[in-house]
Amino acid sequence: MKTPEFETIVGLEVHVQLSTRTKLFCGCATSFGAEPNTQVCPVCLGLPGALPVVNREAIRLAIVTGLALDGSIPEVTRWDRKNYFYPDLPKGYQISQLDHPIVDGGSLELPGDESPPRRIGFIRAHLEEDAGKSLHDEREGKADTRIDLNRAGTPLLEIVSRPEIRSAQEAKRFLTELKLLLEHLGVSDCNMEEGSLRVDANVNLRVSTPEGPVPTPIVEVKNLNSFRAVERAIEFEQQRQLGEFLATGRRQGEAPKQTRGWDDASQTTRLQREKEESADYRYFPDPDLVPIVVSRDLIESLRGELNRRPSAIRHRLIATCGLSDYDAEVLLQMGPAAIAYFDQVAETSSDPKRAANWLQQDVARALKERGESIDRFPLKPERLGELLRRVAAGELTTAQAKDVFRRLTEADVEVEGAMRDLGIASVDPSAIDRLCRELLAEHPQSVADYRSGKLQALGALIGAARKRDRNADPNRVRERLLELLAETA
Amino acid sequence: MIPSAVRLREEFVAGERSAVETVRETFARIRQSEPALHAFLSLDEPGALAAAAALDRRRADGESLGSLAGVPIGVKDLIGVRGSRTTCGSRMLAEYIAPYDATVVERLRQADAIIVGKTNLDEFAMGSSNEHSAFGRACNPWDLSLVSGGSSGGSAVAVAADQVPITLGTDTGGSIRQPAAFCGIVGLKPTYGLVSRYGVVAYASSLDQVGPMGRTAADCAALLQAIGGPDRRDSTSARREVGEFSPPDSLRGLRIGWVPEQFGPGLDPIVSESVESALRWFESQGAVRVPVELPYARFGIASYYVIASSEASSNLERFDGAHYGFRADGSDVTDLDRLYRATRTAGFGAEVKRRILLGTFALSAGHADAYYGRASRVRRAIRDDFDRVWQQVDLLLGPTTPTPPFPAAAKTSDPLAMYLADVYTVLANLAGLPAVSFPVEPTDTRLPIGAQLTGPPFSDQRLLGLVHRYQQEHDWHLRRPDPIGLPAGIPVSGADS
Repeated sequence: MKTPEFETIVGLEVHVQLSTRTKLFCGCATSFGAEPNTQVCPVCLGLPGALPVVNREAIRLAIVTGLALDGSIPEVTRWDRKNYFYPDLPKGYQISQLDHPIVDGGSLELPGDESPPRRIGFIRAHLEEDAGKSLHDEREGKADTRIDLNRAGTPLLEIVSRPEIRSAQEAKRFLTELKLLLEHLGVSDCNMEEGSLRVDANVNLRVSTPEGPVPTPIVEVKNLNSFRAVERAIEFEQQRQLGEFLATGRRQGEAPKQTRGWDDASQTTRLQREKEESADYRYFPDPDLVPIVVSRDLIESLRGELNRRPSAIRHRLIATCGLSDYDAEVLLQMGPAAIAYFDQVAETSSDPKRAANWLQQDVARALKERGESIDRFPLKPERLGELLRRVAAGELTTAQAKDVFRRLTEADVEVEGAMRDLGIASVDPSAIDRLCRELLAEHPQSVADYRSGKLQALGALIGAARKRDRNADPNRVRERLLELLAETA
Repeated sequence: MIPSAVRLREEFVAGERSAVETVRETFARIRQSEPALHAFLSLDEPGALAAAAALDRRRADGESLGSLAGVPIGVKDLIGVRGSRTTCGSRMLAEYIAPYDATVVERLRQADAIIVGKTNLDEFAMGSSNEHSAFGRACNPWDLSLVSGGSSGGSAVAVAADQVPITLGTDTGGSIRQPAAFCGIVGLKPTYGLVSRYGVVAYASSLDQVGPMGRTAADCAALLQAIGGPDRRDSTSARREVGEFSPPDSLRGLRIGWVPEQFGPGLDPIVSESVESALRWFESQGAVRVPVELPYARFGIASYYVIASSEASSNLERFDGAHYGFRADGSDVTDLDRLYRATRTAGFGAEVKRRILLGTFALSAGHADAYYGRASRVRRAIRDDFDRVWQQVDLLLGPTTPTPPFPAAAKTSDPLAMYLADVYTVLANLAGLPAVSFPVEPTDTRLPIGAQLTGPPFSDQRLLGLVHRYQQEHDWHLRRPDPIGLPAGIPVSGADS
């Protein structure tokens, strides 16, 4: 039998840990990697009598995200309890949002050259608190489980896409652009290893049959620890679901909803559980919290942050700064701190293109060597801008500038001082011009030799220039001499 | 007899008595009557003496003294007191030591009150007789065979038996007012949000309020002043101060609403006649009686038990044996589900389990709208009823309880009959209103009878002011039960007012 045609239907649920300093309902720190149970208090431990108080910064970040995703922000948003028993959930319920999420709808345009551009829609985004972590120790047949509640109460924004993604590659494109957006808005550090970005994928197929397209049962895939895993899991599910459909003919509604886990080692998904009905979480409005009324003033004040959207930055870099699509993309991928750094360098140097080149090459290389992030880079952008301004003005060569750059990353000195330390005198371009004109006037024979094809004559002129001025850069002298010779030819 | 809290503070500040002396007397009295009454689940004499000694030193140093300086107080054992056991009347928390102070306890300390111990209650505040305490009930000092009322039974008994002048209770459906009525003292359920719930173990969060209990309205007002007002740690806390206690000079023109239905079938004539006598007194002072209707009030009990149980089923999920408190550890506890089941089966009493089951059902998929949803809609209708009533009258006067205090074991096998003990009190909780129970003339009994004043939001001090006026003209609140366990010859101090 011929393999039938099919369409892949993917919807993604993305859990984003918001970059707040403190937890969603208490003042405990959210930083990663602390000793177990050291960032806890009565509230996040769920001790008797403790009460939650909403972290306003989390609300702000959720609204900024919603606006950036072109979603709508309802005037009233509410908290609900999702009840279930698990040891990493100390209250026995998770505070989440059911009927009145902070963001409704929205969509994200994927960068690329499709026309019209590809957009993926969102159903909603809601705030919720994270659970703690169970650490299982099963050595020697022990079934010892320890609970770390440092993470309990960390703010999460769960962003739910519509099932509008049509391929594994598109899922990856979507996630890449979403991550870029979250990073540039300062909403999340999106560190997948530390769990600050977690993805679940709902995957099924629409198989072409003689009776028309038939949907296969939806499978939820969990444990996707990288974008690559998302891509591979969707590809795997396509083949697995198609095979199963061909073998059983079962369509959506005829089989229980499956949850499968991605296994990186075998590059397959494995059945975790099948549920006939969804679990009963007995949602109800959390009586310890009051509904949040989001004022229009707050929303308007947050719109200003939308110029940090990748699409806005892209447009600015290309249209205003004159960068290529490629350069703009590389800078964006370097992250929000790099964009801020670039903007400062571009402004001080008045030369965005040169700034972009230096950032992508010299700065990126230096950061890599030093193992540093750009916000800790000792060379302040104003200084790099000043250096590039001087290069653009012809005060020093690119080769000299690289030496100065290295010096500036090693010592806290001004550009002027670094040049002095390296014995590089700032060259006045008019001085070189004067020097070259004098040489041409004083060495008519060399000029004649050059014109008759003896190109070595130029070397003699450069040598003469160096004798007269030790700091005269041979390249610049050569350049200017050639220009003057061409002018007087 | 002990002086009122207001008097005790005056005497302490004036140097007429030391705090240590007060605490010694207090514990002497408690030792006399406590074996018979069981008002307290734990007592902290060393802690109280240390606090008193410190206070005496501060007075000697001329430092400023708080609004309850030198006043001994009992705190319901649902309220966390740092470093002391907070059992909630449950086996589940029998050994649980609260690691932090509730906001109200912090404020008691700031006011220089002296906490002497934690008072008895129905388990997790679920009950109307104190018989659901896992540690045995507090007994009514007027007749030890009668119930104290509940759930703040211990707090009511401690005041009625002159163990301490004031106590803190909590009220979710009548748990301050009903035992206050049964024991013959004053108890106020404040406006929802006026007193912080932080550190108070939740029964039903949207209904729970901490409130003052005492012999006089003035003592309750002083205690409310000390504990009330905004708290950043409680999101449902109102941004309102308690306000001054300023009893009115005249009652002329005061419009008192009464709901004829509340005086109909279901109300014991003994209670009815006693409340009528209070109404007549207010009329004699120039107040006007206005009949009003609360059409949805008859659904109050049903709405209350669905909402309270629903919230309770969620609030009590944290008691799972995994983190703190009681944990079952039998050989059958071989996996997580069995741990939960065994812990909660052994740790909770029957009434708590009943409400957890009720609430779990009321919130479950397919039933949530018919039960929790409908109960919430009824609650809104009751609020609307009250909003309309406040257009016509200044406050409502009615019975606190349908009957005088009933004998122990009379209703324990009939939960519905027990639930009906709250029929008049749940309305204020559902509508978030302040309501106070105060002892009135027991026209046809020697047992205490309470009447209830209910007012619009934040009229708490006004209600206490009206009770104060009543108490200036009557002495029902000064009536004492026969001394219990008090050998003849022990002198009692002079009467207070």
